[in-house]
This record gives sequence, C-alpha cells and structure tokens, in this order.
Amino acid sequence: MTSSPLIRALDRGAVAFILVLVAIGVLVPALNLLTAESSVWHVPTYLVALWGKYVCYAILALSIDLIWGYCGILSLGHGAFFALGGYAMGMYLMRQIGTRGVYGNPILPDFMVFLNWPELPVFWYGFNHFAYAVLMVFLVPGVLAFVFGWFAFRSRVTGVYLSIITQALTYALLLGFFRNNFGFGGNNGLTDFKDILGFNVQAQETRAALFAISVLALIIGFFICRTIVASKLGMVLVSIRDAESRTRFLGYRVENYKLFVFTLSACMAGVAGALYVPQVGIINPSEFAPANSIEAVIWVAVGGRGTLIGAAIGAVIVNYGKTTFTSGPLAPYWLFLLGSLFVLVTLLLPRGIVGTVRHYSGALRDRKASAAAEDGITPNEPAPKAAE
Amino acid sequence: MDMRTTQALLYLNAVSVSFDGFRALNDLSIAVEAGEMRAIIGPNGAGKTTMMDVITGKTRPDKGDVYFDGSYDLTKLDETQIAELGIGRKFQKPTVFNMHTVEHNLLLALKGERRVRKTVLWREGVAEQSRIDEILGIIRLGAVRSRVAGSLSHGQKQWLEIGMLLAQDPKLLLVDEPVAGMTDVETHQTADLLKEINKHKTVVVVEHDMTFVRELGVKVTCLHEGSVLAEGTIDQVSQNDRVVEVYLGR
Amino acid sequence: MLGAYTTYVVQDLIRTRNPGLFDYSLMIALPLAFLVAGAVGILIERTVIRFLYGRPLETLLATWGISLILQQAVRSAFGPTNKEVGNPGWMSGAFELGGITITYNRMWIIVFTLAVFVGLLALLRFTRLGLEMRAVTQNRAMAASMGIRTARIDALTFGLGSGIAGIAGVALSQIDNVSPNLGQGYIIDSFLVVVFGGVGNLWGTLVASFTLGIANKFLEPFAGAVLGKIAILVFIILFIQKRPRGMFALKGRAIEA
Repeated sequence: MTSSPLIRALDRGAVAFILVLVAIGVLVPALNLLTAESSVWHVPTYLVALWGKYVCYAILALSIDLIWGYCGILSLGHGAFFALGGYAMGMYLMRQIGTRGVYGNPILPDFMVFLNWPELPVFWYGFNHFAYAVLMVFLVPGVLAFVFGWFAFRSRVTGVYLSIITQALTYALLLGFFRNNFGFGGNNGLTDFKDILGFNVQAQETRAALFAISVLALIIGFFICRTIVASKLGMVLVSIRDAESRTRFLGYRVENYKLFVFTLSACMAGVAGALYVPQVGIINPSEFAPANSIEAVIWVAVGGRGTLIGAAIGAVIVNYGKTTFTSGPLAPYWLFLLGSLFVLVTLLLPRGIVGTVRHYSGALRDRKASAAAEDGITPNEPAPKAAE
Repeated sequence: MDMRTTQALLYLNAVSVSFDGFRALNDLSIAVEAGEMRAIIGPNGAGKTTMMDVITGKTRPDKGDVYFDGSYDLTKLDETQIAELGIGRKFQKPTVFNMHTVEHNLLLALKGERRVRKTVLWREGVAEQSRIDEILGIIRLGAVRSRVAGSLSHGQKQWLEIGMLLAQDPKLLLVDEPVAGMTDVETHQTADLLKEINKHKTVVVVEHDMTFVRELGVKVTCLHEGSVLAEGTIDQVSQNDRVVEVYLGR
Repeated sequence: MLGAYTTYVVQDLIRTRNPGLFDYSLMIALPLAFLVAGAVGILIERTVIRFLYGRPLETLLATWGISLILQQAVRSAFGPTNKEVGNPGWMSGAFELGGITITYNRMWIIVFTLAVFVGLLALLRFTRLGLEMRAVTQNRAMAASMGIRTARIDALTFGLGSGIAGIAGVALSQIDNVSPNLGQGYIIDSFLVVVFGGVGNLWGTLVASFTLGIANKFLEPFAGAVLGKIAILVFIILFIQKRPRGMFALKGRAIEA
C-alpha cells in the first residue's frame, strides 16, 4: 500500500479491462472502415452506431456505480444528468445545421422559426462554438448536481428519501423540457443534425470516430473511478456507505465527500449523454423519463454493484437484451423480462454478475492459497474490496 | 470565548431534551475533570445514550449548556467539528467499517487530513504504519490485522472500535457499553484496556455491568429519568437508598 | 390500476348481463377491487418483499420491477388502449357552489377518501390487527416474542396497503382514463405526499396530499399546469432540507449508525 495513487488504481483486473476496451475501440472502427462490405470481418455501420450507444450507456452505468456502489447514494435521477449533457451537445448540433434547416434560417433552429420566435434565446448563445458546448456538457449537469447535492447532503437527506427526490428532480425536468416555451424543442426535442465539427454525422467515418471517442471516454471514466476507489478517498466512501455516522464521528465531513462524488458522477453522466446524441441522432424529453433512470440502475445491479467493470458490462448486456427483444416478435415480453430482472437480481443475485464471480473465485483462491489466480477480474490488492 | 467558564474538561449544565413530550434529559448537570475516568450507570431510559448524543452533537438540547475544555460550546457545533475538537465516541452497538480490514479501519480513524482533495493523492507513511502497529498492540488485535472487520467476533469489534478512538487521538473518549455481550475474561481485559487508556486521556464510560464498573474503581454517576440521582464511589452509590429503589423497583 | 380494471371488468359484466344493476356497479367493484389488489399485494409480499426487509433501496427496485410486470400483464390481457368506465347516474352531473362548478363524481371521491381515511384510522386504533401492526412497527422482536405472528402481520399490512390502493383505483376510474399506465403518473405524486407528510403518519399523509393537491390547483392559473407542478417539486426539494423526515415526523432518540 505504499505505491503511488496511479499504480494503486491499475490492478491486474483494471489493466485487463482497459486493454480489452482499447482493443474494441481500435478493432470495431477498423473492421468497419478497412474491410470490404462482403468480408466476413466487416462490421456494418449500423452496428457501430448501436454499439456506440451501448458504450455511452456503460459510461452512465459507471457514473451510477461510483455513487451507489461505493458511497451508497442511490440516484434514481441520473438520466437527468445524462439528458442535460445530451441537450448541451444537441444544441451545438442544432446550431451547426445553419441554413440547411427546413426554413433555411441561418441562426434560429427550425422549431423556433415554427413557433415564430423573433430571436435566439440568451441561453442558446455560444452553442455555435464546439468548445463552449463541451464546457456546458460538464458544467450544466455538474452545477445542477452540486446545487442539488449541496442542499440534499447538508440536510442529511439519505436513503429512500434521497432516491425519491432525485426521481422528482428528473420528473420536474421532464415536464419542463416537454414545454415548447422552454426553448428546447418541446416534445420533439432536437434532431435532424447535420455536422459535428464540420464532419457529417451520418457518415461512416464520423460514426467510427464517434465510437472510438466513446470508448476512449469510457476508458478515461473508468480510470478516474478506479483511481478514486483505490485511494483513501475510496476507503472513506465505502465507510460512509457502511456506517455513515461512524465516519462522521471520526471527523470526516461526510457531506463534502458525497457532494464531490455526486458532482463528478453527474459530469460523467453528462459526457455519456453528449456522446450519445450524435450517434443516435436525436435528443428529446423522454430521456428525462423517471423510468429511464431506474432502468440504468438495474444495469449496475445486474453487472455487479460496486465493481465498476460489472456496471459497464451490465449496461451492455441489458441493452443488448433490450435490442434483441424489442425488435423481434418477443417485444411484448420485454417488460416482463425487465421486471423479472429487477426482482431476480435484487433477490437472488445481490452481488451482480461480476460481484458473484469475484466472490466465488475469491473463495476458491482462499482455499488453495498458492494456486495462481488467473481470472483476471479479481483485484490482487486487498485495497477497497468490492461491495457485496 | 476567551474566558474559561469552568475548570472541567466536560461540563453539562441544566441540560434538557425532550422527544414528543417525553423528557429524555431533565436538568442534567455533570462535570468531568481532565484526566478523570467517570462511569455513568442508570436503568434503561435514564438518558445515558441521549447524554452522549448531546455531547457529540447528534442531538441538540432544548436548553442548557454543554462546554468542552471550558471554552467550546458544543451545542453550536456539529458532529464533525466536535470530533475535530478531540471527542471520540464508541457506539452502544459496535460500529466498525465491516468491509475494510482491521488495519484500514484504524488508518481511517488516524488523526490527520480529512479533506476530500487530500485523500485522493494520499500515500501511507512510515509514521502512520508504526502508530497503527502500536494501537494494534494495545487492543490486542495484531493477529487479525488483515482480516475484514466484519468477520471479527463481537468482543473484537468492541476493541477495534476503542482502537479507532485511540487512533483519533482525542482528549475525551466517550465509551457506550463497551462490555455488552462480552465474556468474563474479555470484560476483565476491557477494564484493563480502559485503565491503560485513562493514563493519558479522559474517559467517560456508560455501562450496565456492575462488576465491570466496580473493577474500574472510579467515580460513578447514576442517572435516573434524565437527571443525576447519585454521585460518588461505587460503594457509596450502590448503598444509596434512592439508587436501590430505582434499580430494584419499589 | 388493478382496482380500476376491476371496476372495468365488473361494469363490463353488469352491462352485458344485467344493465339494471349498473348504478350499483361501483358498490360491487369496491370490495372486489380491495380484495383483488389486496390479494395480489399479499402474494407479492410473500414471494418477494419479505426477503428484502431492512434493504429499502432494493425493495424500491424490486417493486418497480413488479410494477413493470403487472403493467405488461394488464396490457397483454386487456390491450394497450384506454377502457371506458362509466359513471353511474348519481355520480354524473355537477352543481355550483359560490361560482365554482363542482362535478358530483369529484365530490363523491372526496367524501369517499375521507371515509376510507376514517376507516383506516379506526382500524389501526380499535382493532386487534391495528394494535398488532403498531406493535410490530415499534418493536418487532418484542412483538414476536409476545406471540404476534409478525410475518402474518407484515403480509396483511402490505395487503391492506395494496387493497387501499386498489379502491383508490376504483375512484380514479371515475375521473381518469383506464389504461395500463394509469398508476404511473401517480407514483411520483404519492411518493412526494409521503415524503412531505412523513412516513408512518396517516394525518400527515392526509394533510400533505390535500395541501399539495390544492396548492397545485391554485398555482395552475398563474403558472400553467406544468410550471405549477415544477414549482411544487422544487418546493418539496427545499422543504425536505428543513424537515428531512417529513412534516409530522416522529422525533426520537436517533438510531445509531
């Protein structure tokens, strides 16, 4: 435990996970761009976009796992931060349409022309600059989370109460963004995007690049989370999760710690949303729906709460299942399946997939202590142990 | 607050707390001198734990003063500030961080930087390690140092929690029922441990177990219905008619 | 939702078999809705919830999952479209009071709500079940050792709660569209009412729901329905700062850890 924070973060499992991600981030775009369409190795562009979506969900799941798995804050409103990041990016993309919109107005997006708005609202200023939009992707969810968290954590709103008011938060935003006069396109949201940084968002190359960038964002996000949970900060977070008042009586400012991870996590969710929008091509208020936020929590639970890697894997698995189910004749049964997933995971698999694997491989290794542990997931450091 | 209002390290004056009409503390006044060890006894509902809550900032008194070190008004501070002043508390139910190892539990409790920023880049130092070793020796948990705290026995958890208090290096230790659920041997060892700690620190012990209190051999305060019923040596208190009446019923 | 659908089924049967009884359909639907929803509630408690006591966050997730399943089940059985539920004659129409038009069905619902409330208070205060329920909430171990079958009380309490939600569904069927999504719009509202009023306090719940409902209606003309709702949400988020345990929260020695 005397190693530097960087080394501490990169245990064997984390390195393996990052390597896998790098491989995916390079291979998928390469197979899409460099192989002929007839080749067996070819990855069609629609799949690149679909998987890019999953990667964004994985980032969102990571952000939820950081606060829920390690600090015990169950946010049922993280979709709100995701959507806000998405809207910030969507606003940039809207401004890039320029005169190519249906009404050909160089400044006003179509929906504003349609609503007879004379000029651009002040809060749309600046979004024609990419850098400004990126700043807002971090700032808007971050500031909202900071203000919300500052109120909530200082007055010690915890547990179910906190979950409910985060739910109310995203519900309030949902209602707001549905309104036309809010200035975000009402229930149609923002769509018909053309360019991002001068590249056509529909183009194959742009899609591949967006995919690679999303994977890179996931790697960075994962690395940041790992650094945090492997540091003393991570130990304090777990302490807060397990015995909040004990931590407080030891002299830790619990609310500051919570506020820090909550804000960080909201920024991550915002980035996920910002990367999601150009790949999906639309952002509308339904992203704020309370059900979405709750669903994101179940990704984390399925993969393994408090395992980081599990959260990312869970997001991909559940969404893969969702795509498979909702696009086939089984569509009516998806909700049954999702519902049962909620029940079964909480009842039978509280550790999630990765957590359970770790638990049993850990127990196995304890028994034959000398046998080389080669599962690649179990941390070889006794550092902050995975939540159970 | 430049004037010390009292010589006592911990000074409660006419403190009252009520919950929905139920008077948990009723004009309670207690003074604990620096370096003293004090045992607080009393039947269930006498207000022992509520008193601890008031001292550590968990509960705000309806009226009355609580001073620490003569100059800090504890009723105006929150738990974290009070902990920083140097008051450590052990809960009635042993509360340790179950998912952390014994060593890490102590590490988290060690006196030092508590700000978020510092904990990210924190690296363990030699001084910290030797202090942890020292405490592990005092609380006799050296053999289980790398075990997860959740796997310890009840008595070991109690000791670990006391060890965490020591690591905090407080001026005053509040110890709530340290021997509940312990075997006779463990109880005896705990008494020794507290006496050892008392050589350097002020200790307030809340306890039901009379043999244990007798073994500590210190001044005893008996609470009843939220105020002080009797104070003195264990023999004086246990011979007090009112105390007998309260404990045995009328 | 289940309650509203029970009403629908009852009315449907009556309409086809015996139209003369239509005016009494709600009277028949009420106890049935209570029983159906209550039975489903007990079933859920026995199979899922009881394994999750002491883990409120997981309970939240599991019940969410169950609600998804129930919704989909109803959608599969009755189709996704709205179902028509008729108002009996004595609940139709409106009267004027001081310039405000009040429809009979809404007035009856208020009367009905108060009746349920009084009934529930009486049940908790005067019956053996109520006594045992309160005993279990206050001290589970003690209650168990005194021979109260706590598991049975848990199940019955959950069933009672579900049953009441069921009869609320009957009432709602009079003013809202009966569709598989019926309950969803009310989940957040009812959460907020409980947060506002405080858990485990019927008076708090009553006062909170009326306060929030009335405040909502009064804000609507000024701010519009949506902004009014947002204002209420913001208000509650701020309110919970002051009283993190609700308006009428019980004070007590803080629980450790």
